Amino acid sequence: MKYIYQIGIISAISFVAELLYVFLPLPVPASVYGLLILFFLLMAKIVKLEQIEDVADWLLKIMPLLFVGPSVGLITSFDAIKGQILPLIVMCVVSTIGVMIVTSITAQAVIRIRNRKGKENR
Amino acid sequence: MNEIVSDSVFFGVAISIAAYWIGEKVREKWKLPIFNPLLIAMLIVIAVLFLCDIDYETYHQGAQYITFLLTPATICLAVPLYRQIEVLKKNVAAIVISILCGCIAHVLIVLGIAVLFGVEDILILSILPKSVTTPIAIGISEEIGGIQAVTVVGVCTAGILGSVVGPTIFKWCKVTEPVAQGLGMGAPSHAIGTSKALEMGEIQGAMSSLAIVVTGILTVIIVPIVTEMYF
Repeated sequence: MKYIYQIGIISAISFVAELLYVFLPLPVPASVYGLLILFFLLMAKIVKLEQIEDVADWLLKIMPLLFVGPSVGLITSFDAIKGQILPLIVMCVVSTIGVMIVTSITAQAVIRIRNRKGKENR
Repeated sequence: MNEIVSDSVFFGVAISIAAYWIGEKVREKWKLPIFNPLLIAMLIVIAVLFLCDIDYETYHQGAQYITFLLTPATICLAVPLYRQIEVLKKNVAAIVISILCGCIAHVLIVLGIAVLFGVEDILILSILPKSVTTPIAIGISEEIGGIQAVTVVGVCTAGILGSVVGPTIFKWCKVTEPVAQGLGMGAPSHAIGTSKALEMGEIQGAMSSLAIVVTGILTVIIVPIVTEMYF
């Protein structure tokens, strides 16, 4: 029964998140509202980690599988991109890799500067 | 084939899971980054649909029962984030600065390539919101006048590509900090990248989930301003 209660809590948060999505006029998906709600519930100790942990970890573990359906859905968009495929691919590939490099290197640089300052202050 | 298959919603469920299972096996055998289970599963399902002449709609009738778990799964990203709260607090500066740089880099790269190739404005507008999860991206795309289907292609490509090349890119660029790796997965590749980041480690997963939220907020602010200025 433990798992069913955990599913119940997560479902309830998903439902509230979808309500917010319907009623708030922002381009924010229900899942992001839900993520923030659950985070604050955990921080405020209203929901305890062990009340959702098993099901949450299971959902996170199978998460890549959940993207199979939407990824296959790409075939329905083929008509929209026909004729523009090459520039689109170049834009997507270069920008994705570019953002990844810029973000991770910047983050690593900031962390290293902080670590160095931390050592000097000691 | 459509009639037989469309009677059972379990076709979509079963083929998705079977294809993903094959993907996992292939990765276990050849441990190469290009053998990403999601990518393999996607290609297998597309091949099966094509060979058996089954519509996407028919497949989707079943597959949606897997896809519907995406909302609760994304919500559960709060769990690693909560477990890693100390890492979050310690790295606020790195998180905000790096993701801001990532968002600006994205706009500049997309516009730069667009100028080089002479890409149509409507395609640029469709691709600019692509670093964020699909619903946010579609919202922005609609607001600035892009084509939603193209935006979805961009979002999925960014996600799958990011999770395939991520570990290799980090090796080449000597990015070894788990926090930096997580942010680097989440900023361009949103939830798909995060599902890969979780496999790399819990800190990576937590930081990647955080990057989804921060990138989402910054993109919602930056992209409409840029389009206002540029177009």
